[in-house]
Amino acid sequence: MNRNFLAPSPNLARRHRAETAFKWFGRISIFLAVGFLVLMLAIIANMGLGTIRQTNIALEVDLQQSEFDSTNLASADFEGLIKSALRQNFPQVSSRSQKRQLYNLLSIEAPFTLKDFVLENPETIGTRISLWFIASDDVDMYFKGNIAVSPAGNVGRLSKEALEWVKYFEQNNAVKTFFNSRFFLAGDSREPELAGIFSALAGTALSLAVCLIISFLIGILSAIYLEEFVAKNRWSDFVEINISNLAAVPAIVFGLLGLTIFINVFGMPRSSPLVGGLVLALMTLPTIIIAARAALRSVPHSIRHAALGIGATPIQTVFHHVVPLAMPAMLTGAIIGMARALGETAPLLMIGMVAFIVDAPDSILAPATALPVQIFLWADSPERAFIEKASAAIIVLVIFLIVMNLAAILLRQKMQKKF
Amino acid sequence: MSAEMLATPIDTTPVDCKPVIANPAGKIKNPIVSAKDLKVFYEDKQALFNINLDFEANKVTSLIGPSGCGKTTFLKCINRMNDLVDICRVEGNVTIAGQDIYHNNVDAVALRAHVGMVFQKPNPFPKSIFENVAYGMRIHSLTNSRSELADRVEQSLRRAALWDEVSDRLDQPGTSLSGGQQQRLCIARTIAVEPKIILMDEPASALDPIATAKIEELIDELSTNYTIIIVTHSMQQAARISQYTAFFHMGELVEHGLTKTIFTNPKNERTQNYITGRIG
Repeated sequence: MNRNFLAPSPNLARRHRAETAFKWFGRISIFLAVGFLVLMLAIIANMGLGTIRQTNIALEVDLQQSEFDSTNLASADFEGLIKSALRQNFPQVSSRSQKRQLYNLLSIEAPFTLKDFVLENPETIGTRISLWFIASDDVDMYFKGNIAVSPAGNVGRLSKEALEWVKYFEQNNAVKTFFNSRFFLAGDSREPELAGIFSALAGTALSLAVCLIISFLIGILSAIYLEEFVAKNRWSDFVEINISNLAAVPAIVFGLLGLTIFINVFGMPRSSPLVGGLVLALMTLPTIIIAARAALRSVPHSIRHAALGIGATPIQTVFHHVVPLAMPAMLTGAIIGMARALGETAPLLMIGMVAFIVDAPDSILAPATALPVQIFLWADSPERAFIEKASAAIIVLVIFLIVMNLAAILLRQKMQKKF
Repeated sequence: MSAEMLATPIDTTPVDCKPVIANPAGKIKNPIVSAKDLKVFYEDKQALFNINLDFEANKVTSLIGPSGCGKTTFLKCINRMNDLVDICRVEGNVTIAGQDIYHNNVDAVALRAHVGMVFQKPNPFPKSIFENVAYGMRIHSLTNSRSELADRVEQSLRRAALWDEVSDRLDQPGTSLSGGQQQRLCIARTIAVEPKIILMDEPASALDPIATAKIEELIDELSTNYTIIIVTHSMQQAARISQYTAFFHMGELVEHGLTKTIFTNPKNERTQNYITGRIG
């Protein structure tokens, strides 16, 4: 045979083509996945990052001595002072509806800002002061360019006339954006420019704390028991199958369970982080158990034999040797379970954590809402400014998720021991 | 165990048509470990058939035989490591210093403190060298003070011929040592809890010849204080280190006696065939 047996045959060429095609399929799928992820993040960032800055308007207010009762400064008509200050800028405004539009340029928070200032600086009474006030959400949206000018000349709820007044302020350098600390420090509000995520974050933190304590303890201990102590038989197979099934149960079903059991049967307070945490714990448990069992299984048997061989009891073997080795992977599983619980909305809706909560909950029994539910509520609102708030809250949520997943990866890399 | 009982010849009539070879029990006057009619089943499969085997104190006994012949299963019966296998069932009895270790009132955990085991693959804990040796003493509360613990760790490492190599790095992980050193660390860990008997399951099979030589030397030294039962695949090793040898084949004890006799003048044809390499 003088045929070169190393030369490519048609058959071999076909096999190589199959490999090339598969590689390209892989590349295209990864490109699509990454592309959509980037697109999603870009859209959310574009819609939400504006929240970081808040439009303020400077207004000169005449603090006439006659308006204040020296014994009780707080009783003064601060709203009236703001209104007259606005009218002084635009003496031509006369009709009721025009006045209402003018007053709506500033947030309803303005009188309180003025009051706080006067109470802190009583010596300014009798003078003219210039102060920055939070603009209303309509003005804010106009300056951020989030709403297009309509053919009639108005921008959203800002009429053509109101737009002129806003431009007047702008020309007088009386418009400025400040860092929006309210968004991080305040609770929810009916007014978008005043709404913040603090109460939702507090509710999420409390719920996750309850969830972590319950699901980590129960999850790790059940995993250890199932993996290390239970004899493999039909009963243990049954439990195993059910745990796997539980991991695939839709989250809203757990919400229904929580509503029936925790609220209706046990009488726990509705809308509370306690019930929220318990429901999330039910949902997270299968994930943690499955991850922890896999972690325990990955510890080589030689370690168990070594400990048992010198007379350690099974429980000493497990807690002195096996669990410390499995711990990084168990913690990773727990963090990933927590990350899933962090973004969960549906079960919390079922147990009433969907209420309008202004103040941060001060205990696990107080009414609360959670960050994803807050996003749901804001995204459901008609005001354009709430959409921006919702997007910003999503950014916060995504940052938390990334941080938690990074923590899981770092933990795994740092704590992993060779054996 | 009384002397009369030992003097009684052991029943040598074949069971289940399988030839059971006489245990030359008369040779061992005062056995520390003694198996009587030991049978082991894995579910329905029988792994050991009526084993009768005695071990003399402070001697090295090798268990040889082809893979799957049941020698490791037999070894694990002596410290009840077989208990950990759900499907494993043991019949007959094993006595240690006259005490039946399969009796209901025997605690397997207590037993394992007296019958140490060294495994085929070195398996130090992923903890420091010091902790590896100290762990057994800690759980059995064998020492009263930190200094006593440190002394006994040193003593154990010296007896395992490892002290000179690790004395300056006791805080480093046991897993950072070489394979041979790890195995000697495992031996140090075993002898630290003062067992009477040490079981070794092919302790040198994963090691290079130099490390093997060190382990063999160590076994020889340890045999002055401990009864050592070692499973080995290497007949040369068995010949070098053991005073007694037992040959297992297909779950039966084929022949047992002085190592010299087994290797130079085996009574059974199967032993002869195995030693000369015709079965294996």
